[in-house]
Amino acid sequence: MTVLEKVEQEQLKKDRPGIAPGDTVRVHVKIKEGDKERIQVFEGTVIAQRRAQNHSSFTVRKVSFGTGVERIFPLHSPSIDKIELVRSSKVRRAKLYYLRGRKGKAARLREAQTSHSS
Amino acid sequence: MVKAILGKKLGMTQVALENGDIVPVTVLKAGPCVVIQRKTAVKDGYEAVQLGLVEVPGPRRVTQAMTGHFKKADANPVRFLREVRLAEDAGEVKVGDKILADQFAVNERVDVIGISKGHGFAGFHKRHHFGGGSGAHGSMFHRAPGSIGASAFPSRVLPGMRGSGHMGAGRVTVRNLRVIQVRTDDNAILVEGSVPGAKGGYLIVRKAEAPKK
Repeated sequence: MTVLEKVEQEQLKKDRPGIAPGDTVRVHVKIKEGDKERIQVFEGTVIAQRRAQNHSSFTVRKVSFGTGVERIFPLHSPSIDKIELVRSSKVRRAKLYYLRGRKGKAARLREAQTSHSS
Repeated sequence: MVKAILGKKLGMTQVALENGDIVPVTVLKAGPCVVIQRKTAVKDGYEAVQLGLVEVPGPRRVTQAMTGHFKKADANPVRFLREVRLAEDAGEVKVGDKILADQFAVNERVDVIGISKGHGFAGFHKRHHFGGGSGAHGSMFHRAPGSIGASAFPSRVLPGMRGSGHMGAGRVTVRNLRVIQVRTDDNAILVEGSVPGAKGGYLIVRKAEAPKK
């Protein structure tokens, strides 16, 4: 293994659950306010995932007070405390960008019969 | 302490700091180096050391003259040799001394010197960031430089006029890069930001000469 690969491997957090597009997740984000730290939870649907060693990321979409909100999280960021898997859905796309144009009933996803390994 | 080391660019990646910030870093192979020659004020008029990056050169790459030079230092031939000036407070440095990456500390500022990527004969857009003309709307002025001076007077192009020409492949110093990590076991250091040249290019890393306050 080259030194460059070693540097990248070291940063991978082993405790991240295997998430996939269509999953509903609760992301616990550490937030610093002055010298205090607290945890904020962002719950929504994973609509995209980028697999790239230490700079892997995933996009979570939720609808908050009628407004669509999307956040992109670096998967291995130290400011992510933990990721909870709430529900898995059966989807046929890798990127669920089509959900952006839908709301309410049309934006539902069918739950997966057997949840994928986490 | 020499406060400088020879190295090699290995590539770029990113590292998350403890406070959650993600910074772009360049991974540098730094050392191990040996002192091949010691230049002194008495003999050479200035204080310096010649460092060699420990790396075996290809077969038949070492000339007779260089073989003698390495023999004098009682060292194995190396591929990359560079001279580094010694500070007055550098203390005792002898031929044969090993220079390792651990002389740099995290958050210290360093200068990195290397040979930039060659761009060949480049146009003024790339070389001097000229705008150029519009591609469409009937414009007949696309990638030309425009006016480069007046007419009958002075009847010549003034020296220093920017134009196309050879770009890159020159010595470039990037100052005040922050050291993010020192990996003694791997003989590597990580610095924030980019350094000159392509992957595999040889570099000089030294303590910042003019650190920002």
